[in-house]
Amino acid sequence: MDFILQPWPWYVAGPLITFVMFLLFYFGKKFGVSSNLETFCAIGGAGKLVDFFKFDWRKNTWNLMFILGSVIGGFIAYQYLTPDEAVAINQQTIQDLSDIGFQNAGAQYLPDEIFSNDTMFSAKGLLILILGGILVGFGSRYAGGCTSGHAIVGLSNLEIPSLVSVIGFFIGGLLMTWVLIPLIF
Amino acid sequence: MKNIKFLIAGILFGIVLSKAEVISWYRIYEMFKFQSFHMYGIIGSAVVLGIILVYFFKKGYIKTYLGTPISIEPKKKGFARNMFGGIIFGLGWALVGSCPGPMFILLGRGIAAIVVVIIAAIFGAFLYHAMKGKLPH
Repeated sequence: MDFILQPWPWYVAGPLITFVMFLLFYFGKKFGVSSNLETFCAIGGAGKLVDFFKFDWRKNTWNLMFILGSVIGGFIAYQYLTPDEAVAINQQTIQDLSDIGFQNAGAQYLPDEIFSNDTMFSAKGLLILILGGILVGFGSRYAGGCTSGHAIVGLSNLEIPSLVSVIGFFIGGLLMTWVLIPLIF
Repeated sequence: MKNIKFLIAGILFGIVLSKAEVISWYRIYEMFKFQSFHMYGIIGSAVVLGIILVYFFKKGYIKTYLGTPISIEPKKKGFARNMFGGIIFGLGWALVGSCPGPMFILLGRGIAAIVVVIIAAIFGAFLYHAMKGKLPH
């Protein structure tokens, strides 16, 4: 039981992610989370403005159930399976974050500098959350997939478009982490 | 209810990504700083096993629970869409430390700020389809 309460190592998590992918294909569907963003647009009536969203969103109910499950899974892990919220990141990472003004990096699960309620209600904090969300939503649908659809399924299927996308993920991610985050914070 | 199996798969997904700290902003930052093997190990081992799994799908060794063959819809070709879309996604992933799956898992932790990110991501998907006629693909 103690093993479950500890953070799970990569060699446990990676195979379990593949198992989730197996389950979804075995059940006759696919593994791709970002298409739910389009489903939400369709449910919200975006079809009145953009023809793309005039599809029948009910055919994606299974995927909405999957993300509802992931919300519940997040709750269960938080409430019952994680007695210690600290994230054991590299000492150098803690130092680098301290240099750009992040206090006590890794002591909690998420940085207050981005996710605390105080930050959310500040103009800059709110703008960061909105900008980050828009980039993720816009980019994943432009590329036709996110970490699940491209990095896991697409690479497993040895697809060149997914390799290009994942290289893009890293160009964007490295640019943000090394160049833009030090300017923003 | 036939959709309950997807709910259960989602619960497993949420627990795994939570327990492996994949949904922690710190782990994403650390990955892009190349200061830990953790995230690379997770994605790498998932893909290596995924390649074997897809091979079994294609050979027909594994079928759906109904006995029908499993086929994977190919991703859309086009350098611009995959590269530029990927870069835009990567910028957001590193900034808020969450991709579309983890956003919802973080919601389960009761993080209020992630609601803003989710709504913005839905709007981002809308924005793409509203302006995709003007973008290179």
